[in-house]
Amino acid sequence: MKTKNTGKKKAAATNHNHAVHLLRSMIRIRRLEDKCAELYTTTKIRGFMHLYDGEEAIAVGVLEALTQDDAIVATYREHGHALIRGLSAGSILAEMYGKQEGCSRGRGGSMHLFDDKLRFYGGNAIVGGGLPIAVGLALADKMQQKKRVTCCFFGDGAVAEGEFHESMNLAALWKLPVLFVCENNLYAMGTALKYSQSNMDLAGKAASYDVASVAVDGMDVLAVEAAAQKATEVIRFKGEPFFLECQTYRFRAHSMYDAELYRTKAEVDEWKKRCPIATFTQRLKNEGLLSDADLEKIEGDVAQEINEAVAFAEACTWEPLEDLTRFVYSERRMS
Amino acid sequence: MTNDVMQKLTYREAVREAIREAMKKDDRVFLMGEDVGRYGGCFAVSKGLLEDFGPTRIRDTPLSESGFVGAGIGAALGGMRPIVEVMTVNFSLLAADQIINNAAAYLHMSGGLFNVPIVIRMATGGGRQLAAQHSRSLEGWYAHIPGIKVLSPATVEDARGMLWTALEDPDPVLIFENAGLYNMEGMLPPDIGPVDIDKARIRREGKDISIISYSASLFKSLDAAEILAKEGIEAEVIDLRTLRPLDETTFLDSVARTHRALIVDEGWRSGSISAEISSRIMESAFYELDAPVERLCSAEVPLPYARHLEEAALPQVNKIAALVKKMVGTHG
Repeated sequence: MKTKNTGKKKAAATNHNHAVHLLRSMIRIRRLEDKCAELYTTTKIRGFMHLYDGEEAIAVGVLEALTQDDAIVATYREHGHALIRGLSAGSILAEMYGKQEGCSRGRGGSMHLFDDKLRFYGGNAIVGGGLPIAVGLALADKMQQKKRVTCCFFGDGAVAEGEFHESMNLAALWKLPVLFVCENNLYAMGTALKYSQSNMDLAGKAASYDVASVAVDGMDVLAVEAAAQKATEVIRFKGEPFFLECQTYRFRAHSMYDAELYRTKAEVDEWKKRCPIATFTQRLKNEGLLSDADLEKIEGDVAQEINEAVAFAEACTWEPLEDLTRFVYSERRMS
Repeated sequence: MTNDVMQKLTYREAVREAIREAMKKDDRVFLMGEDVGRYGGCFAVSKGLLEDFGPTRIRDTPLSESGFVGAGIGAALGGMRPIVEVMTVNFSLLAADQIINNAAAYLHMSGGLFNVPIVIRMATGGGRQLAAQHSRSLEGWYAHIPGIKVLSPATVEDARGMLWTALEDPDPVLIFENAGLYNMEGMLPPDIGPVDIDKARIRREGKDISIISYSASLFKSLDAAEILAKEGIEAEVIDLRTLRPLDETTFLDSVARTHRALIVDEGWRSGSISAEISSRIMESAFYELDAPVERLCSAEVPLPYARHLEEAALPQVNKIAALVKKMVGTHG
């Protein structure tokens, strides 16, 4: 089963509060990423760091369709997913500072954000590595008769990995409640999809495993939200997996070390015209759902949130060196 | 305990009974892997369990090692206690990403938030003329990785008792079952409980040399000790049982008594667990030694098919005995 929703037909307009909420969520991600880039250049943040600019509509739209009981498995480009799931910007930034108050105690950094209470199973930095984990989380739910969804984010690069195909097959074979969300930003690091896939119809690949699949405009938050709502309804009703391909574009370099030799500035500029935040802002204004004052308030609130998060991260502490080898093995037995 | 209530059990049956008991004790436990259900297990370990527990808990998987080992990790994170059977260690290389990058690292990279209580069992070892791709002994290589525990049950008792202890462990445990041991018989009391996985065991006491070994090589070492005893050489034989974490106290104490150490390991010599043990003896018991530490390992070749070549590549009883005689004789 495979249907196409190219986003040409706009999803229905939404009410003021919800619209402002979605816009605010996307702006929170964008401003956090802006701050991360700034802090990276001042060396407050090190290691590999991958920013989400341009793709915000996906995390925001999809997470709207999940409940707090559902689980999330994400990739190394997961600041936005973590933030929208409910991790504080402070705990995220503290993690990137390497401080012990960070969400992973400074053991993970940018690529490994975790939160057990929010069922946020990480930032996985091996492409495709999170998909089998998501299958297993859903298997555990099914075996325990828990009606929950496991949502797994990954990029188009993961589709080339064997783990993608093994996971699609297992999830369909065992009828597991997994929402697979492919963030297709057209590049696996610097290799364009057309240089890595013999068939670029990613939703079609999922469909070949009998996984219900839809391709959606990943630059349109309402389209993503509507598709994700429909997908999770199907998953919850049937207890079977669903594949959502969100077609998007990464505005920034792959990571902070990327000289972007593989794409032109003109191509990036063309996609920037479809910025999910700018287009949604304009649309809401056109529909009379957003005033300049609303936008000003959002930006003001978000700026304050980010500033407080930076102050928090700065004030956080370093884990003592004596604790270096903690968390290799559990410190308590379990029942 | 008298002999008439003891049960005769093969290593294979011991593993099967351990799985059966665990499944009965805890409904979070399930077994999955290639051919574990309808086929009865490649080595017939799980024969009959499908009939007893059904296809949900005795779960046949496609040939997707990375997929189903990763699914086991996810199920463990989701509250289950999976036993994942990877048919042999050779195929576990297809799941190395999940074992090493996920299972072993999750707890640490999440700052202690997410532990992974999974047990991964696999057959290991050579000696059955199965050639390079079906004869590997990589347990020592896995023991390099922090975050996992590596068990190597040699005896029927350990095959029976280690599984439950592994399932109770909050962290990933790999259990390596040497395929050459599945038919070995032992006598066990019917109510035998779990065994510890923290300590090595002295399987034969002796005063002249410490032979440090594990898995199938343990029995070759014991056979060699028997031959040596007839010639007046008393070898102490140590069964490591667990390769990570390594119980160094037991072999260091032994070396302090015998003043000589030979390590017998079916793994290769270079960069191996035998190298690790040798190093630890150098670091902590150097002044106890009357002779250099020696190692008897597999020849550094992918194991060949031809019987005479394979036998020559693996540690054998006569080679162990000869090496011990040399060590004891030349440094009196």
